[in-house]
Amino acid sequence: MASDAMEVHAYESEHLATSTGLPNIKLAMWLFLASDCMLFGALISTYVLYRGASVVGPYPNDVFDIPYTSVSSFVLLASSLTMVLALAALQRGDIGRARVWLLATALLGMTFVGGQVYEFTTFAHEELTLTTNLFSTSFYVLTGFHGTHVAIGILMLLTLLTFSFSGRLGPEKAETVEMVGLYWHFVDIVWIVIFTVVYLIPTGNPG
Amino acid sequence: MSEAERAGELAPQARTHAAPGSGSGHVARHPSPKEYVRIAIILAIITAAEVAIYYIEAVEGLLIPLLFLFAVVKFTLVVLWFMHLKFDSRTYARFFMMGLAGAITLFLVVLLTFRVFAG
Repeated sequence: MASDAMEVHAYESEHLATSTGLPNIKLAMWLFLASDCMLFGALISTYVLYRGASVVGPYPNDVFDIPYTSVSSFVLLASSLTMVLALAALQRGDIGRARVWLLATALLGMTFVGGQVYEFTTFAHEELTLTTNLFSTSFYVLTGFHGTHVAIGILMLLTLLTFSFSGRLGPEKAETVEMVGLYWHFVDIVWIVIFTVVYLIPTGNPG
Repeated sequence: MSEAERAGELAPQARTHAAPGSGSGHVARHPSPKEYVRIAIILAIITAAEVAIYYIEAVEGLLIPLLFLFAVVKFTLVVLWFMHLKFDSRTYARFFMMGLAGAITLFLVVLLTFRVFAG
């Protein structure tokens, strides 16, 4: 990508010097994301191990609706864009636009979670519940954990929005928004893996 | 040791500038909104391609490698551009790679132990 397309943002530092020279909060966030990688690594491994091991249906191919889940994936990708646009606006000092992009991110996140709730409900009506078979248990635990992460992200976004209305969100808080953004993008990259491994890669099960 | 040395090695694109709020009072490069939109369009196109090849029988034999390739490209684009690892201190990248390597190792160990690859 052309480097001339980049803008240079200057920040007034409000941090005390740290032993690493890097902000501790950002190091802590990256460490947390690294540990969350391990959590999702374990859940995805479990799903891959068990998804083809069910002895009773419904099987993945019986219930998955790829076009519907594809739309959900586009929604979550779009929310990552609105998140970085919110951060860029705040760094420019454009609080109004940052507020709009934060709201858009939260709404897109809610759309995703709403879609997931609808999907789970539909599966339940098709007799696929948490305890139906090995596929359903590993599927609901994996995607449920991801959905919970998205829901927590929405709460953080709504908190930032509330701060913006009470005058507590300015360019000096760009780092806070960046931390929420890192979390949000992490949720997005986890979904990139889930969408491929869980939904698009076919299983050997009948269905 | 100077503060810049303590800040760790910076990515080439940001070598003369520290990460936002790094405590060093330096300047960081971040992509422009236009650049973010361009990355998002690429991500959307790759996602559309993923869904398309799912339905194309002619590429059935290559489906899994292609899906993995697309997922890796999308993952990398988001991490490097949206999460700014391309521009920030490499220390963050090292932390994240540590977790990612752990997750991939766990995945491979579990699947090899239970002979998932053996069919």
